[in-house]
Amino acid sequence: MRRFWGFLAGGLLVALLLAGVVSNFASPHPDGLDSSLREGCTVDADGEITGGSCPAQQEKEHEIGGPLADYGIAGIDNDVLSTGLSGVLGVLLTFALAGGAFWLFRRRDTDPTPQQVDPTQEPLDADRSGTPASSQG
Amino acid sequence: MENLAMHISNGIINGPVAALFAVIALVAMALAVHRGRQDLDDRLAPMAGLVAAFIFAVQMLNFPIFTAGVSGHLLGGALAAMLVGPWVGALCIAVVLVVQALVFGDGGVAMLGLSITNMGVIAVAVAYLLIALLLRVLPRTPAGLAVTAFVAALVSVVVAAMGFVLQYWLGGTADLGGNLAGLAGTMAVSHLFIGIGEGLITATTVVTVAKVRPDLVYALRARKPVSPASVPAVGGVR
Repeated sequence: MRRFWGFLAGGLLVALLLAGVVSNFASPHPDGLDSSLREGCTVDADGEITGGSCPAQQEKEHEIGGPLADYGIAGIDNDVLSTGLSGVLGVLLTFALAGGAFWLFRRRDTDPTPQQVDPTQEPLDADRSGTPASSQG
Repeated sequence: MENLAMHISNGIINGPVAALFAVIALVAMALAVHRGRQDLDDRLAPMAGLVAAFIFAVQMLNFPIFTAGVSGHLLGGALAAMLVGPWVGALCIAVVLVVQALVFGDGGVAMLGLSITNMGVIAVAVAYLLIALLLRVLPRTPAGLAVTAFVAALVSVVVAAMGFVLQYWLGGTADLGGNLAGLAGTMAVSHLFIGIGEGLITATTVVTVAKVRPDLVYALRARKPVSPASVPAVGGVR
Protein backbone atom coordinates (compact mmCIF):
# COMPACT_ATOMS: atom_id res chain seq x y z
CA MET A 1 0.00 0.00 0.00
CA ARG A 2 2.70 2.43 -0.97
CA ARG A 3 0.07 4.64 -2.61
CA PHE A 4 -1.65 5.11 0.73
CA TRP A 5 1.49 6.48 2.33
CA GLY A 6 1.97 8.67 -0.73
CA PHE A 7 -1.51 10.07 -0.25
CA LEU A 8 -0.75 10.66 3.42
CA ALA A 9 2.49 12.50 2.64
CA GLY A 10 0.70 14.60 0.02
CA GLY A 11 -2.05 15.54 2.47
CA LEU A 12 0.48 16.46 5.13
CA LEU A 13 2.33 18.65 2.63
CA VAL A 14 -0.92 20.49 1.82
CA ALA A 15 -1.58 21.02 5.54
CA LEU A 16 1.97 22.33 6.05
CA LEU A 17 1.59 24.78 3.16
CA LEU A 18 -1.78 25.99 4.45
CA ALA A 19 -0.50 26.52 8.00
CA GLY A 20 2.95 27.69 6.99
CA VAL A 21 2.21 30.01 4.07
CA VAL A 22 -1.50 30.61 3.43
CA SER A 23 -2.04 31.39 7.14
CA ASN A 24 -0.39 34.75 6.55
CA PHE A 25 -3.27 35.74 4.28
CA ALA A 26 -5.91 34.92 6.89
CA SER A 27 -8.39 37.62 7.83
CA PRO A 28 -7.17 39.59 10.87
CA HIS A 29 -10.71 40.32 12.05
CA PRO A 30 -12.13 38.61 15.16
CA ASP A 31 -14.10 35.44 14.42
CA GLY A 32 -17.84 34.94 14.88
CA LEU A 33 -17.53 33.95 18.55
CA ASP A 34 -15.12 36.71 19.48
CA SER A 35 -17.06 39.44 17.68
CA SER A 36 -20.35 38.30 19.23
CA LEU A 37 -18.75 38.60 22.67
CA ARG A 38 -17.57 42.14 21.81
CA GLU A 39 -21.08 43.28 20.88
CA GLY A 40 -21.81 46.38 22.97
CA CYS A 41 -18.19 47.49 23.30
CA THR A 42 -16.28 50.01 21.24
CA VAL A 43 -13.03 48.74 19.80
CA ASP A 44 -10.02 50.69 18.51
CA ALA A 45 -7.98 50.01 15.38
CA ASP A 46 -5.78 47.47 17.21
CA GLY A 47 -8.78 45.47 18.37
CA GLU A 48 -8.49 46.67 21.98
CA ILE A 49 -11.74 47.33 23.85
CA THR A 50 -12.01 51.04 24.61
CA GLY A 51 -15.44 51.36 26.23
CA GLY A 52 -19.01 50.18 26.53
CA SER A 53 -20.06 46.91 28.09
CA CYS A 54 -19.78 43.42 26.60
CA PRO A 55 -19.07 39.80 27.62
CA ALA A 56 -15.49 39.96 26.29
CA GLN A 57 -14.55 42.34 29.13
CA GLN A 58 -14.73 39.41 31.54
CA GLU A 59 -11.86 37.65 29.73
CA LYS A 60 -9.04 36.47 31.98
CA GLU A 61 -5.43 35.54 31.34
CA HIS A 62 -4.63 32.21 29.77
CA GLU A 63 -3.20 29.68 32.24
CA ILE A 64 -0.16 28.80 30.18
CA GLY A 65 0.49 31.16 27.29
CA GLY A 66 3.83 29.73 26.26
CA PRO A 67 6.35 30.49 23.50
CA LEU A 68 3.87 29.66 20.73
CA ALA A 69 0.94 31.62 22.21
CA ASP A 70 -1.40 33.25 19.69
CA TYR A 71 0.12 31.33 16.78
CA GLY A 72 3.48 33.05 16.78
CA ILE A 73 6.95 32.26 18.03
CA ALA A 74 8.26 34.33 20.91
CA GLY A 75 11.39 36.17 19.89
CA ILE A 76 10.73 36.19 16.14
CA ASP A 77 9.67 39.71 15.18
CA ASN A 78 8.94 38.95 11.54
CA ASP A 79 5.17 38.31 11.52
CA VAL A 80 5.22 36.17 8.38
CA LEU A 81 7.99 33.94 9.67
CA SER A 82 6.55 33.79 13.18
CA THR A 83 3.02 32.82 12.09
CA GLY A 84 4.21 30.42 9.39
CA LEU A 85 6.68 28.59 11.60
CA SER A 86 4.21 28.26 14.45
CA GLY A 87 1.69 26.85 11.98
CA VAL A 88 4.20 24.30 10.68
CA LEU A 89 5.07 23.26 14.24
CA GLY A 90 1.37 22.98 15.09
CA VAL A 91 0.62 20.76 12.09
CA LEU A 92 3.57 18.46 12.86
CA LEU A 93 2.71 18.31 16.56
CA THR A 94 -0.97 17.61 15.90
CA PHE A 95 -0.13 14.93 13.34
CA ALA A 96 2.38 13.27 15.68
CA LEU A 97 0.07 13.39 18.70
CA ALA A 98 -3.14 12.33 16.97
CA GLY A 99 -1.51 9.88 14.58
CA GLY A 100 0.61 8.37 17.35
CA ALA A 101 -2.30 7.99 19.76
CA PHE A 102 -4.59 6.51 17.10
CA TRP A 103 -1.84 4.14 16.00
CA LEU A 104 -1.38 2.89 19.56
CA PHE A 105 -5.13 2.52 20.08
CA ARG A 106 -5.81 0.87 16.74
CA ARG A 107 -7.62 -2.41 16.41
CA ARG A 108 -5.11 -5.19 15.87
CA ASP A 109 -5.97 -8.86 16.20
CA THR A 110 -9.66 -8.83 15.41
CA ASP A 111 -11.00 -9.30 11.89
CA PRO A 112 -7.88 -9.79 9.77
CA THR A 113 -9.61 -9.35 6.42
CA PRO A 114 -7.27 -10.17 3.52
CA GLN A 115 -8.03 -6.81 1.85
CA GLN A 116 -6.31 -4.91 4.63
CA VAL A 117 -2.77 -5.94 3.79
CA ASP A 118 -0.51 -3.09 4.80
CA PRO A 119 3.25 -2.51 4.79
CA THR A 120 3.20 -3.22 8.51
CA GLN A 121 2.08 -6.73 7.76
CA GLU A 122 5.00 -7.51 5.48
CA PRO A 123 6.85 -9.45 8.20
CA LEU A 124 3.84 -11.80 8.25
CA ASP A 125 4.22 -12.38 4.53
CA ALA A 126 7.90 -13.07 5.05
CA ASP A 127 7.01 -15.65 7.68
CA ARG A 128 4.52 -17.26 5.39
CA SER A 129 7.05 -17.60 2.59
CA GLY A 130 9.24 -19.44 5.06
CA THR A 131 6.57 -22.04 5.71
CA PRO A 132 6.33 -24.92 3.25
CA ALA A 133 3.02 -23.73 1.79
CA SER A 134 4.22 -24.12 -1.78
CA SER A 135 6.69 -26.85 -2.58
CA GLN A 136 9.09 -24.80 -4.67
CA GLY A 137 9.64 -21.17 -5.56
CA MET B 1 -2.07 39.32 14.98
CA GLU B 2 -4.05 40.30 18.08
CA ASN B 3 -7.18 38.51 16.97
CA LEU B 4 -5.84 35.09 16.14
CA ALA B 5 -7.33 33.55 19.30
CA MET B 6 -10.51 31.80 18.27
CA HIS B 7 -11.81 29.65 21.10
CA ILE B 8 -13.54 30.42 24.40
CA SER B 9 -11.21 32.44 26.63
CA ASN B 10 -10.92 32.04 30.37
CA GLY B 11 -13.42 34.06 32.37
CA ILE B 12 -16.20 33.99 29.75
CA ILE B 13 -18.10 31.06 31.35
CA ASN B 14 -18.04 30.53 35.12
CA GLY B 15 -16.08 27.73 36.78
CA PRO B 16 -18.89 25.37 37.77
CA VAL B 17 -20.46 25.33 34.30
CA ALA B 18 -17.03 24.94 32.67
CA ALA B 19 -16.36 22.00 35.02
CA LEU B 20 -19.75 20.45 34.23
CA PHE B 21 -18.97 20.53 30.51
CA ALA B 22 -15.48 19.19 31.17
CA VAL B 23 -17.15 16.13 32.68
CA ILE B 24 -19.58 15.87 29.74
CA ALA B 25 -16.69 16.13 27.27
CA LEU B 26 -14.62 13.54 29.15
CA VAL B 27 -17.48 11.03 29.19
CA ALA B 28 -18.16 11.64 25.48
CA MET B 29 -14.48 11.22 24.58
CA ALA B 30 -14.22 8.02 26.64
CA LEU B 31 -17.18 6.68 24.66
CA ALA B 32 -15.53 7.85 21.42
CA VAL B 33 -12.32 5.98 22.31
CA HIS B 34 -14.32 2.86 23.10
CA ARG B 35 -16.43 2.93 19.92
CA GLY B 36 -13.78 4.49 17.68
CA ARG B 37 -11.41 1.58 18.30
CA GLN B 38 -13.60 -0.60 16.12
CA ASP B 39 -12.98 1.79 13.21
CA LEU B 40 -9.27 2.35 13.82
CA ASP B 41 -7.40 -0.05 11.56
CA ASP B 42 -3.90 0.28 10.13
CA ARG B 43 -5.11 2.74 7.55
CA LEU B 44 -7.67 4.81 9.45
CA ALA B 45 -5.22 5.53 12.30
CA PRO B 46 -2.67 7.50 10.21
CA MET B 47 -5.52 8.96 8.12
CA ALA B 48 -7.08 10.32 11.32
CA GLY B 49 -3.75 11.85 12.28
CA LEU B 50 -3.71 13.62 8.93
CA VAL B 51 -7.33 14.79 9.38
CA ALA B 52 -6.45 16.31 12.78
CA ALA B 53 -3.36 18.03 11.36
CA PHE B 54 -5.35 19.31 8.36
CA ILE B 55 -8.08 20.71 10.61
CA PHE B 56 -5.46 22.44 12.76
CA ALA B 57 -4.03 24.04 9.61
CA VAL B 58 -7.35 25.16 8.13
CA GLN B 59 -8.58 26.54 11.47
CA MET B 60 -5.74 29.08 11.18
CA LEU B 61 -7.21 30.38 7.93
CA ASN B 62 -9.76 32.95 9.01
CA PHE B 63 -11.86 34.00 6.05
CA PRO B 64 -13.87 37.23 5.82
CA ILE B 65 -17.66 36.91 6.02
CA PHE B 66 -20.23 39.36 4.73
CA THR B 67 -20.63 41.09 8.07
CA ALA B 68 -18.03 43.85 8.13
CA GLY B 69 -15.09 43.34 10.46
CA VAL B 70 -15.95 39.76 11.31
CA SER B 71 -14.16 36.62 10.15
CA GLY B 72 -14.79 32.93 10.43
CA HIS B 73 -12.78 29.75 10.31
CA LEU B 74 -13.36 26.05 9.90
CA LEU B 75 -14.53 24.12 12.97
CA GLY B 76 -13.99 20.80 11.20
CA GLY B 77 -16.65 18.59 12.78
CA ALA B 78 -18.38 17.68 9.52
CA LEU B 79 -15.06 17.19 7.70
CA ALA B 80 -13.82 14.81 10.39
CA ALA B 81 -17.13 12.91 10.52
CA MET B 82 -17.10 12.45 6.74
CA LEU B 83 -13.49 11.32 6.44
CA VAL B 84 -12.93 9.21 9.56
CA GLY B 85 -16.38 8.68 11.07
CA PRO B 86 -18.13 10.17 14.10
CA TRP B 87 -16.16 8.49 16.91
CA VAL B 88 -12.63 8.95 15.60
CA GLY B 89 -13.72 12.31 14.15
CA ALA B 90 -14.74 13.57 17.58
CA LEU B 91 -11.34 12.50 18.93
CA CYS B 92 -9.58 14.37 16.08
CA ILE B 93 -11.35 17.60 17.02
CA ALA B 94 -10.54 17.07 20.70
CA VAL B 95 -6.83 16.59 19.94
CA VAL B 96 -6.78 19.81 17.86
CA LEU B 97 -8.48 21.78 20.66
CA VAL B 98 -6.15 20.36 23.32
CA VAL B 99 -3.05 21.27 21.27
CA GLN B 100 -4.43 24.77 20.66
CA ALA B 101 -5.19 25.32 24.35
CA LEU B 102 -2.03 23.80 25.81
CA VAL B 103 0.56 24.90 23.24
CA PHE B 104 -0.88 27.90 21.38
CA GLY B 105 -2.61 29.67 24.27
CA ASP B 106 -5.85 29.60 22.27
CA GLY B 107 -8.91 28.92 24.38
CA GLY B 108 -8.62 28.66 28.15
CA VAL B 109 -7.52 25.28 29.46
CA ALA B 110 -10.37 25.50 31.98
CA MET B 111 -12.76 26.15 29.05
CA LEU B 112 -11.66 23.09 27.05
CA GLY B 113 -14.70 21.01 28.01
CA LEU B 114 -17.03 23.68 26.63
CA SER B 115 -15.21 23.84 23.29
CA ILE B 116 -14.85 20.07 22.97
CA THR B 117 -18.58 19.69 23.67
CA ASN B 118 -19.53 22.29 21.05
CA MET B 119 -17.17 21.35 18.23
CA GLY B 120 -16.18 17.77 19.02
CA VAL B 121 -19.48 16.40 20.29
CA ILE B 122 -22.38 18.58 19.08
CA ALA B 123 -21.00 19.54 15.66
CA VAL B 124 -19.72 16.04 14.89
CA ALA B 125 -22.96 14.37 16.03
CA VAL B 126 -25.21 16.75 14.07
CA ALA B 127 -22.98 16.44 11.02
CA TYR B 128 -22.91 12.66 11.12
CA LEU B 129 -26.67 12.32 11.53
CA LEU B 130 -27.14 14.53 8.47
CA ILE B 131 -24.46 12.64 6.52
CA ALA B 132 -26.10 9.29 7.26
CA LEU B 133 -29.48 10.67 6.23
CA LEU B 134 -28.41 12.57 3.11
CA LEU B 135 -26.17 9.85 1.68
CA ARG B 136 -29.17 7.56 1.78
CA VAL B 137 -31.38 10.03 -0.10
CA LEU B 138 -28.98 11.72 -2.52
CA PRO B 139 -27.41 10.08 -5.58
CA ARG B 140 -23.91 8.65 -5.13
CA THR B 141 -22.27 11.18 -7.38
CA PRO B 142 -19.64 13.84 -6.64
CA ALA B 143 -22.51 16.36 -6.59
CA GLY B 144 -24.46 14.28 -4.09
CA LEU B 145 -21.38 13.97 -1.90
CA ALA B 146 -20.70 17.70 -2.15
CA VAL B 147 -24.27 18.62 -1.18
CA THR B 148 -24.10 16.20 1.76
CA ALA B 149 -20.82 17.68 2.99
CA PHE B 150 -22.03 21.26 2.51
CA VAL B 151 -25.34 20.83 4.33
CA ALA B 152 -23.82 18.77 7.17
CA ALA B 153 -21.07 21.37 7.67
CA LEU B 154 -23.40 24.38 7.54
CA VAL B 155 -25.98 23.00 9.96
CA SER B 156 -23.35 21.60 12.35
CA VAL B 157 -21.66 24.99 12.69
CA VAL B 158 -24.90 26.81 13.50
CA VAL B 159 -25.96 24.17 16.05
CA ALA B 160 -22.49 24.23 17.64
CA ALA B 161 -22.80 28.03 17.95
CA MET B 162 -26.11 27.52 19.74
CA GLY B 163 -24.28 25.11 22.05
CA PHE B 164 -22.18 28.05 23.16
CA VAL B 165 -25.31 30.19 23.65
CA LEU B 166 -26.72 27.45 25.91
CA GLN B 167 -23.47 27.40 27.87
CA TYR B 168 -23.56 31.18 28.17
CA TRP B 169 -27.15 31.03 29.39
CA LEU B 170 -26.05 28.55 32.07
CA GLY B 171 -22.86 30.22 33.16
CA GLY B 172 -22.05 33.41 31.27
CA THR B 173 -20.05 35.82 33.44
CA ALA B 174 -21.36 39.11 32.05
CA ASP B 175 -24.82 40.37 32.92
CA LEU B 176 -26.55 40.65 29.57
CA GLY B 177 -29.57 42.28 31.22
CA GLY B 178 -31.82 39.50 29.98
CA ASN B 179 -30.62 40.01 26.43
CA LEU B 180 -29.52 36.45 25.75
CA ALA B 181 -31.58 36.57 22.57
CA GLY B 182 -29.26 39.30 21.30
CA LEU B 183 -26.21 37.09 21.78
CA ALA B 184 -28.06 34.15 20.22
CA GLY B 185 -28.95 36.34 17.24
CA THR B 186 -25.41 37.58 16.56
CA MET B 187 -24.01 34.09 17.05
CA ALA B 188 -26.62 32.59 14.72
CA VAL B 189 -26.18 35.13 11.93
CA SER B 190 -22.37 35.15 11.99
CA HIS B 191 -22.21 31.37 12.13
CA LEU B 192 -24.70 31.04 9.31
CA PHE B 193 -22.16 32.85 7.12
CA ILE B 194 -19.26 30.94 8.67
CA GLY B 195 -21.23 27.76 7.98
CA ILE B 196 -21.33 28.62 4.27
CA GLY B 197 -17.52 28.88 4.29
CA GLU B 198 -17.28 25.69 6.33
CA GLY B 199 -19.60 23.99 3.84
CA LEU B 200 -17.51 25.05 0.84
CA ILE B 201 -14.23 23.95 2.46
CA THR B 202 -15.71 20.64 3.64
CA ALA B 203 -17.33 19.84 0.29
CA THR B 204 -14.17 20.71 -1.67
CA THR B 205 -11.93 18.64 0.60
CA VAL B 206 -14.22 15.60 0.77
CA VAL B 207 -14.87 15.53 -2.99
CA THR B 208 -11.13 15.86 -3.67
CA VAL B 209 -10.30 12.93 -1.36
CA ALA B 210 -13.18 10.92 -2.81
CA LYS B 211 -11.82 11.43 -6.34
CA VAL B 212 -8.27 10.40 -5.41
CA ARG B 213 -8.98 7.68 -2.83
CA PRO B 214 -12.71 6.96 -2.37
CA ASP B 215 -11.80 4.11 -0.02
CA LEU B 216 -10.44 6.66 2.47
CA VAL B 217 -13.78 8.46 2.85
CA TYR B 218 -15.43 6.82 5.87
CA ALA B 219 -18.90 8.04 4.94
CA LEU B 220 -18.66 6.21 1.60
CA ARG B 221 -16.94 3.16 3.04
CA ALA B 222 -19.53 2.75 5.79
CA ARG B 223 -22.14 2.17 3.10
CA LYS B 224 -20.08 -0.49 1.38
CA PRO B 225 -21.32 -3.46 3.42
CA VAL B 226 -24.52 -3.02 1.45
CA SER B 227 -22.97 -3.18 -2.02
CA PRO B 228 -20.61 -6.19 -1.75
CA ALA B 229 -23.56 -8.24 -0.57
CA SER B 230 -25.59 -7.18 -3.57
CA VAL B 231 -22.80 -7.59 -6.13
CA PRO B 232 -22.69 -11.42 -6.03
CA ALA B 233 -26.47 -11.45 -6.26
CA VAL B 234 -26.22 -9.73 -9.64
CA GLY B 235 -24.31 -12.80 -10.85
CA GLY B 236 -26.07 -12.76 -14.21
CA VAL B 237 -23.76 -10.06 -15.50
CA ARG B 238 -20.80 -12.38 -15.52
